[in-house]
Amino acid sequence: MQIIKSDINIDFIGKHKIGFILSTILILISTGSLLIHKGPNYGIDFVGGTLIQIKFTQEVPVGKIRTGLAAIGFNDASVQDFGHEQDHEFLIRTSMSQMSSHGLSQSVSDAIKTSTGIAPEIRRVEMVGPQVGKDLRGKALLAIFYSLLFITIYISGRFELKWMLSGVTAGSLMTVVYFLSVFNVSMAVLITAALVITLGLFWFLRLKYAMGAIVALLHDILITVGIFSILDLDFSLPIIAALLTIIGYSLNDTIIVFDRIRENIKGSQSKESFPSLFNKSINETLSRTILTSVTTLIVLFALYFLGGEIIHNFAFAMIIGVLVGTYSSIFVATPIVLAANKG
Amino acid sequence: MKPFSFKTLFITGIIVAAIVWLMPTYFDCWPHKKINLGLDLQGGMHLVLEVQNVKAVEAEVERTIQEIKKELREQEIKHLGISRLKDNSIIAKFKAGDNKSGFEKILSKNFENLIIKKPMTDNNIISYKLALSEQETETIKKMATQQALETIRNRIDEFGVSEPDIRIQGDNRILIQLPGVQDPERAKALIGKTAQLTFQIVDEDADVDAAINGTPPVGDEILYQNRYNQGSSTPVKIPFLIKKRVLLDGSLLTNARVEFDQFQQPQIGIEFNRKGARIFDRITGANIHKRLAIVLDKSVYSAPTIQDRIAGGKAVITGSFTLHEAKDLAIALRAGSLPAPVEIIEERTVGPTLGADSIRMGIMSMLIGGLLVILFMAVYYKGAGLIADVALIINIVLIGGGLAAFQATLTLPGIAGIILTIGMAVDANVIIFERIREELRTGKTALASVHAGFDRATLTILDANVTTLIAALVLFQFGTGPIKGFAVTLCLGIVASLFTALILSKNIFDFILKNKQSTTLSI
Repeated sequence: MQIIKSDINIDFIGKHKIGFILSTILILISTGSLLIHKGPNYGIDFVGGTLIQIKFTQEVPVGKIRTGLAAIGFNDASVQDFGHEQDHEFLIRTSMSQMSSHGLSQSVSDAIKTSTGIAPEIRRVEMVGPQVGKDLRGKALLAIFYSLLFITIYISGRFELKWMLSGVTAGSLMTVVYFLSVFNVSMAVLITAALVITLGLFWFLRLKYAMGAIVALLHDILITVGIFSILDLDFSLPIIAALLTIIGYSLNDTIIVFDRIRENIKGSQSKESFPSLFNKSINETLSRTILTSVTTLIVLFALYFLGGEIIHNFAFAMIIGVLVGTYSSIFVATPIVLAANKG
Repeated sequence: MKPFSFKTLFITGIIVAAIVWLMPTYFDCWPHKKINLGLDLQGGMHLVLEVQNVKAVEAEVERTIQEIKKELREQEIKHLGISRLKDNSIIAKFKAGDNKSGFEKILSKNFENLIIKKPMTDNNIISYKLALSEQETETIKKMATQQALETIRNRIDEFGVSEPDIRIQGDNRILIQLPGVQDPERAKALIGKTAQLTFQIVDEDADVDAAINGTPPVGDEILYQNRYNQGSSTPVKIPFLIKKRVLLDGSLLTNARVEFDQFQQPQIGIEFNRKGARIFDRITGANIHKRLAIVLDKSVYSAPTIQDRIAGGKAVITGSFTLHEAKDLAIALRAGSLPAPVEIIEERTVGPTLGADSIRMGIMSMLIGGLLVILFMAVYYKGAGLIADVALIINIVLIGGGLAAFQATLTLPGIAGIILTIGMAVDANVIIFERIREELRTGKTALASVHAGFDRATLTILDANVTTLIAALVLFQFGTGPIKGFAVTLCLGIVASLFTALILSKNIFDFILKNKQSTTLSI
C-alpha cells in the first residue's frame, strides 16, 4: 500500500512564501495571546497553590461545593468538573498554599461534607509553595534552553563538521547564563537574550543547519505554548515534558530531511540547482514524514481519549507539537537552510 | 548458513534477559525485582519540607545568652541587659566602669567562638556586639537539616510505612516519599510536629490579663492552653503567664508511651534518663506549691501544682488527646524533637483508587494505540509490516525488562512515554522500509535492496534518535518524580527501538530471504 506516490513532486520550496505567511500569523497570534494573558496560564507547579481532586458517589451541585469552601475562607477557589460527568469528580484550585502541616484536605473534606451532605473522597492533593513554583519555572526554562543548545552542537557537528566551533559557542553561552543566573536576573529575560545571541552567532558563524533547526524548534514551542494560552489550558510540569519531547520529535523529522539534502548534495552533478535539490529531498522523505506522524498521532489520540484526565493536556500538547513539528521541518527549517546557503 | 550464528545468539540472549527481568512483576520468581510503581500509580505522598534552620541558629544564640548570663551571675558582674538582635547577633550592655575587664575575661575564656565587635560607649553605657562566626552559623544550619532528617526518619519508621524514601535536597530541604500511606493527614501531622517539650514555671505573681493588654513582665511570656469543653469541637484558649526560663526539656527523655487514666482517657507517660530525673527531682523540690507548666511546641498542655518533690524521673502529659494523637505524640517524643520547625513547601498526594484508575486507563490506551499501530503497519507494509510489528512487541518487552533491571520507577507520564515510543519506534522501521522500496524501484533484487536499505538508513536513524535522546536526558536531569519517569521510559524506548530496528528486524529479513531464496519481497 502507498499513500504517497513514489514519483511525487510537490513544489514545497516554491510555496515557502505561503508557509512563511502562515507561520508568521501563527506566531503573531501566539505572541499576542501570551502578551494579553501576561505569559502562559501557569498551573500550581509554577506559581504555587493548591489543587484538590474530589469524587462523590452521586451527583452534587457545584454551587454547594463553593458554599462549603467559602465557609472555610477559600473564596478564591475555582471548582470545575473533571473527567466524565458520571464520575462526579471535581477539581478545586486555589492560589493559597497552606504552609503549615495542619490538615488542609481534612478541613476541605469536612467543609464540603457539611455543605453538600455527602462526604467526598479526596483522590489527589497537590500543594506547591510559591518558592518551589518559582524554582521549577526557572529549572523548566533552563531545561528547554539546554536541550536546544546541546542539540545544536550535535547538528553543527554532524552536518557541518564544526564540533569545535559550535561546542565553544555553546560552552560560552552556558557559562554566561550560569553566571548571570547567580545574579538574580529574571530567568525568562536571560534565556530570551541567550537565544537571540545564539541565533545571531549561528548566522554570523554560518552554522546554517543548526540555525534552521533551532528556528524551527522555537517556532514549534512558541506555537504550542501559544495555543495553550489561547485555549486557557493549564501550563504544568508535564507540559514541559511534552515540549521537550516535541523538540526531540520535530528535530527527528528535520534531521531526516537534512540528511537527505546532504546526501543529495553529495551525489549531485552540480548542474542541479539548490532549490530543486532541496525540494527533491523533501519529496523523497515525504512518505516517511507522513507515515511516522500518522502512527505517532494514532497513539497520541489513544492517550488523549483513553488515558484519563491527568494525562489529557500532555497528550494534547503532544498532538499539537507533532502536527506543528512535521509542518515546520518542511516549511521552516528547510527554507532557512536554503536561504542561508544563498546568502 | 549456520543454524545459530553469534548474532542470533546475541539477539535471543537480550530478549530472554528482558523476559526474565520482567517475570517477577507478574509472578513471584527470581530475580525478585518488580517494576517499581511511582507514587502517582500506587498512591502515596510526596512531601518536600523546608527546615527553618535560621530558627536553630536563633536557639543557639539564645542558649549562648543564657550561658553568658549565668557566667556573669556567678562572677557577680552586673549588666544592663543581654539580648538577641534580629540578625542573630548579641548585644550586651554594661555601665561604664570596672565591669569591662571581667566581661572580656569571660568572653575570652568561655566563648571563644564568638566574634567581638569593638565596644561602643554611649552615655556611660558600654555595649558589646557579639556574633557567631559565619562558619559556625553554617555548621549549625547544616546540622539542623541533618538532624531533622534523622528525627523524621525515626518517626516514620515507628509510624510504619513500607519503603519510605527520605533524603536531603539542596541546603535545607528534605524530600519524603511515602508510598501507600493510609492516612496522609496523620502522617503529615506527625512529620511536621516540632515536638519541643519543655517544663517551665507558671508566674503566678503577675496578672495574666494585665500582661495580655500590656506587656508581660520581664522574663515572662504568654502561652495558651487549648481546652475542649464537652460537646464542643472548637477549643477555648486559656492564657498562661509562663517564665521563659526552661528548667528541663525533652532531650533528656528515655521513653514516652500512651497510658490511660482512670476515665480511660489517653495520656502520655514519659520517663527521663538519670540526668533528667535528677533535674526533675531538683526543680520539683525547689518549686513546691508552684505550678509547673508542661509546654509542647509553645502551647501549654497542663500546669499542675507541684505537691511534693518527685523522684524517679517519671511524669505524665495530659490533654484532650484522641488515641491517634496520643500515639503520634508519643512517637514524636521518643524520636526526639526537630532542631528547628519545618514547613511543608510541596505536597503531592495521590489516593490509591486514583492510582489504580491511572494504571487501568494507561494500559487501556497503550493496548488500543498499540493495536491500531500494529494493524496499520501490517496493512501498509504487508509482510514487512509484520516484521515491524514483531519488533514493536519485542520493543515493549525490552522497555519493561529495562525498567525492572535498572530498578527505575514507572509513573503515569512514564506510561505515556511507552505509548509515545510505540508510535515513534516504528519510525525507524518506516525509514528503512521506505529506503528498501526506493531501492527496489531502481530494479535491485530483494536481498540487495534490503541490504542497501539498511545501510543507507542506519546513519539517518542514529542521527534522528540521538537528538531525541539528548532531549530525554536533559529532561531526566531536570525532572522530578513523575517527569523523571517519563524521561526514563523515553530513553529506554529509544535505545530499544534502535536495537529492534537496526539489529532485530535486519536479522529477521536476512533469515527469511536466505531461507526462502525468494526474489520477491512483501513490502
